[in-house]
Amino acid sequence: MKRFIGFVKKEFYHIFRDKRSMFILFGMPIAQIMLFGFAITNEINNVKIAVLDQSKDTETQKIIQKISNSSYFTIAQEIKTESEIESVFKKGEVKAVLVFEKDFIKHLQTQKNAKVQVITDATDPNMANTISNYITSILQNFIQEKNKNNKQAYQIQTQTQLFYNPAMKSVFTFVPGVMTVILMLVSAMMTSISITREKELGTMEVLLVSPIKPFQVIIGKVFPYIFLSVINAAVILLLGYFVFEMPIEGSLFLLAIESVLFIICALALGILISTLSDSQQTAMMISLFGLMLPVILLSGFIFPISSMPLPLQVISNIIPAKWFIIIIKAIMLKGASFSVIWKETLILVGMTLFFIVVSIKKYKIRLE
Amino acid sequence: MKKEKIIQVEKLTKTFGDFTAVKGITFDVFKGEIFGFLGANGAGKTTAMKMLIGISNPTSGSAIVAGLDVATQADLVKKNIGYMSQKFSLYDDLTIKENITFFGGIYGLSRKQIKEKTQQLITKLEMQNVADNLVGSLPLGWKQKLSFSVALLHEPKIVFLDEPTGGVDPITRRQFWEMIYTQAHKGTTIFVTTHYMDEAEYCDRVSIMVDGVIEALDTPKNLKQQFNVESMNDVFLKLARNIE
Repeated sequence: MKRFIGFVKKEFYHIFRDKRSMFILFGMPIAQIMLFGFAITNEINNVKIAVLDQSKDTETQKIIQKISNSSYFTIAQEIKTESEIESVFKKGEVKAVLVFEKDFIKHLQTQKNAKVQVITDATDPNMANTISNYITSILQNFIQEKNKNNKQAYQIQTQTQLFYNPAMKSVFTFVPGVMTVILMLVSAMMTSISITREKELGTMEVLLVSPIKPFQVIIGKVFPYIFLSVINAAVILLLGYFVFEMPIEGSLFLLAIESVLFIICALALGILISTLSDSQQTAMMISLFGLMLPVILLSGFIFPISSMPLPLQVISNIIPAKWFIIIIKAIMLKGASFSVIWKETLILVGMTLFFIVVSIKKYKIRLE
Repeated sequence: MKKEKIIQVEKLTKTFGDFTAVKGITFDVFKGEIFGFLGANGAGKTTAMKMLIGISNPTSGSAIVAGLDVATQADLVKKNIGYMSQKFSLYDDLTIKENITFFGGIYGLSRKQIKEKTQQLITKLEMQNVADNLVGSLPLGWKQKLSFSVALLHEPKIVFLDEPTGGVDPITRRQFWEMIYTQAHKGTTIFVTTHYMDEAEYCDRVSIMVDGVIEALDTPKNLKQQFNVESMNDVFLKLARNIE
């Protein structure tokens, strides 16, 4: 035990005296959260739209007024004919065109059913989707208000409901995503680098010649990173909760347990990487391309898995981060209990055991 | 006077797949001697040494180090030997004191022992002024002396030095060898590998390995006589040529 404490102490000296490690450990999570929170956002703001009002009545005016009053849209242009729509899009400034049918007010009052067409520039599909959802919400809101005053019920045709994230806040996807990326980065990359560093410097050999056992060396090296990863996860959650108002509906305890499970999984991966590489550079490259890219691209963090081509969907199953993101989203947003996420948890446990067994085998082979 | 054997190697062999790196070598090392273990790169000396220090299992044959079998008692062997590799094996980002404390702890010394040893060692090496400096800031020669002293912290019976003087200037090398002599006088056995043939002259006995086999083993003086040459360098060259 005394040996172990000495070992961990030494490991902390390494971490605290290396500016690069300190930056990755403490600068990175905060920088990433801030970046995703403020700069990279799926939310829309002052999007320019054009209006083709073929009815020009009091109701359409009210709707247009309501839309332009929102901070999301600016009415940039009013056009007169349908043929203008394409030329407006081609200029590129306008992202959507709102078309009111002829005799809008008449249809609304007599048939209780009027039509608005939302045409969006889908060269940026996410943006287009968001815009049409926002406009639909505004229209719905308008109808609701109208129904309150009039006792007659007006109808609208589209019915879209945005569950769990009615404002489509991107914070709900990026906090779990960033947390996953950071935990992966800290746990897997940092441990694999710190283990390979000892190999590169020749100190690993000295440790192996000493009476301390190989698995003690590994545990001693990994332990500080478990500790730091937990702190990191807490910082990200606190930032998400207080700065970006990310809800945590479910049990905090369950969230903590699942996070520790994921951290251990990532650490096992880090150890595995360190058995495969002899230099810090190699370890870093394997971590970046073998772990970080899949975590960012295939885990469902940025691109929804359901819209990926089938082969990629299949591949995404072997990425631990995918399961972790499902788990924490379920806990944080839906308040899910363990009975809902036991399957995903089991998959993560299985993966962790697999990585541990493989790295122990590899480690033994290397010692031979 | 009968000399006590501290390392006994019998038909020690190591095979990697089809390749036999060490082909059944047999030799003894006596207590308190400086034993030079020479050979060109790839001759198998590193592999042989790894078996002696208990981090590689022999394929066949046996090696008894400090009375312990490396194949079955590797853990005990490790407690009784010291090791210093060519890479100096200290942490550059730890101070001198922190390095001593860490390695003392790894070898299971008590806190009190570590404190005493640290004091002794720093005084002996005259490093009082830099004891709290990072090892990375020290000149190479100092690091090397420190590294050697750290390998001796737990008072091992045998110290294995793997090319300890690589890349160091001749004066520092000379000083380093003086440390080795002093330690050998105290009864510690020194097992050293080196490239430098002039260093081979400092050893009590020298073995030369070629292609996994020990081709020559004797005192430097006898070897020079046997091959009828002036220096160990010529002995080495002659041996290498004969094999080709």
